This record gives sequence, C-alpha cells and structure tokens, in this order.
Amino acid sequence: MSAAKNININLKIWRQKNASSKGSMETYKLDNVSTASSFLEMLDQLNEQLVNEKKEPVAFDHDCREGICGMCSLYINGRAHGPDTGITTCQLHMRMFNDGDTIYIEPWRSKAFPVIKDLVVDRSAFDRIQQAGGFVSVNTSGNTIDANSIPVPKDDADKAFMAAACIGCGACVATCKNGSAMLFVGAKVSQYALLPQGKVEATQRVLNMVRQMDEEGFGNCTNTGACEIECPKGISLENIARMNREFLKASVK
Amino acid sequence: MWNKVGMGRNEKGLTEAIAEIAQLKEDFYKEVYVPGSADELNPELEKVLRVADFIELGQLMAMDALQRKESCGGHFREEYQDAEGETLRDDENFKFVGAWEYKGDDISKEELHKEELVYEEIKIAARNYK
Ligand code: SF4
Ligand code: FES
Repeated sequence: MSAAKNININLKIWRQKNASSKGSMETYKLDNVSTASSFLEMLDQLNEQLVNEKKEPVAFDHDCREGICGMCSLYINGRAHGPDTGITTCQLHMRMFNDGDTIYIEPWRSKAFPVIKDLVVDRSAFDRIQQAGGFVSVNTSGNTIDANSIPVPKDDADKAFMAAACIGCGACVATCKNGSAMLFVGAKVSQYALLPQGKVEATQRVLNMVRQMDEEGFGNCTNTGACEIECPKGISLENIARMNREFLKASVK
Repeated sequence: MWNKVGMGRNEKGLTEAIAEIAQLKEDFYKEVYVPGSADELNPELEKVLRVADFIELGQLMAMDALQRKESCGGHFREEYQDAEGETLRDDENFKFVGAWEYKGDDISKEELHKEELVYEEIKIAARNYK
C-alpha cells in the first residue's frame, strides 16, 4: 500500500433544511484531506471547516463507524455506500479518490425514506416492518431448550446466518429503481423461516411483514438485482425468492 | 479527570479538580457556539448537550470521590492505604451507596442521600489475595 498523502477535493453535497423545504446541491472546497482518512472523517473535517466559518455543518447519519450498525447512508457519486463493493459508507476510504476529484454526495432517495435534513433520511419504515414481524415463541416453563441443543442442518444454519448479516442500512432501497425493500424484508423473513425457532409464527410473520412493507410505500421487485450488488453485506437475491415462497405458502394456508 | 480524578486520587487533587471543572463549565456556557437552531434536527446541539452532561458528571464524580474518605474498589484514595499500599476501607462510616439529589444549576448545592448496605449472608472483611 502506498503511503498516505493529502489531496484537495471538491464536494457537491445535498443541503436541505428540513423535510418540508426544497433542497439543492451546494459546492464546497476541501483541502488537505489525508488519503488515510475515512470518508466520514473527511466529512468531519468539512464540518469543522464550516463551524469555524460560522456556517451550518452538514447533517449525516453515523454511529459505529465500523460497518455493523447500518446507520451511515450516503449516495456517493451515484452509488449507495460509494465506489467500492461489500462495504458501508463508514468503511469507505479517501484513498479511493484522487487529487482534484469532485465528489457528489446525496441522501438515500426513496418515497418511503423522507429526508429529515441534508443527508439524513427517516428509515423508521424499516423498524415498523420489523415490529410487524412480531415475536418468536419460546418455552419459558423452566424446560427451556438451549438454542445450541436444537439440531439445525448446516446448510440452513449458514443461510440463516447470511440472512442475519443484514444491518438494515437501506442501500437496497436507495439503489432500486422501484424503491423496493424486498432484499431487506427477504433477509429478515429468511433469517427466521430457516430456523426451527422461527417456525411457530412463520405464517403470520411473513404476511404481516409484507403487508407493512406495502403500506410503507416501498415498490415491488422486478428482479434487476442492483440491490444485491450494492448491499454491503452481500445479501443474496435468493432471500427474495424465499420470502415469495413463504408468502405464497402462507397465503394459501 | 485523568490526572486528578483517576484511579489514584487525593483530597488536594479532588478539591482542585472541582474548582477547575466549575471554571470550565462557566467558560463553556459563556463561549459555546452552537450552529443551527433548536427546533429542527441538529446534531451539533446534541453534541453540545452531551459535553454539558460530561462536565456535570465529571464534577459530581469528583465531589463524590472527595466525600468518600476510604479506598474501595476502583476508588483509591491515596490517603487511605495500609502499610503495604493496599486499599483501606472504612466500613464504619462508608458502608452505603450514595445518590446525589439535583438542586438546580449550582451543582455544589446537591445533596447526598445514603442508602446503607446491609449484608445478611456475607461476613464483611477486607479482601486479601495473598
Ligand atoms: S439487505 Fe443489504 S442493503 Fe438492504 S438493508 Fe440489509 S444490509 Fe442494507
Ligand atoms: S456507521 Fe455503523 S455501519 Fe456505518
């Protein structure tokens, strides 16, 4: 790896005061950005510059900054989570960019994810879908069976684990031309449908989650597959197929 | 906090720390610059409120450490140690959990409430790993 150097960049950032106002792209110049810094550190640097100029800093979502929480959510140069694959925005590094580059930064754009401010969108629709999924019944009579002693075929365990890797970031929705949340919902449905513990409420779960997904205004899947490519956790389209099978099974029950 | 309210603390350091934090708090409230407004999403305001909380918590921690004239667990008061440098507890006077009651802006007015610790099964004794 080559040593870190400093680059000067131009930024075009979506600024929007609040949900009801009209936003626009603003241009900023940021000098001396270390290529060793992360993309979000670059934004911190910009915000520091703005605060020192007594201007309002750019609002953006972030939390863990290590690719596990799903809070960061930026559309960078026309791609969800930016120009790299298998990573979240917080895992993107400035070494992916060159001196003199112009970088476009926008919020997730989808009807079901309204902009709250600048680059921050409201993703509570995802929470409501998860809540609609409800609970998993467990025997608490004192004879509770330890999860590790319930046999699960290795193949199912692996697939459930892969589905559970979804961090709910919403890149799939942002990237989809239909604004569909089916990769996310597919992952959540699959995670439980594949495991014995989730079987008890499986029928209700898939019906309720899909109903909530439709109510929130997410679009439908047309098998384009863009979500799978942009998903930082590599969630497979297979999960959408599994959700559809579960949904069909539940509907004819 | 690291130097005066750290793992080893003493009366002099704690008293200084309380005065220093009070000064810091005064400067903070006088000079803080918060961009944006209070009636919309404002991450900068969140950060400012967090810093304000840390200042208060820091001062209260120092106050509590100052009143607890014994060494106990992670609270090592340098004045209270035995000949071998081990912690010296004072169960007679400090066998309680403290809760400070908020009394408005002036933190030095906060009142300490004590909840006595009563052990029924365990015999209280100094811990010795030797
Ligand atoms: S499926 Fe992938 S892109 Fe969609 S929310 Fe989950 S982790 Fe994010
Ligand atoms: S900030 Fe947590 S995943 Fe990016």
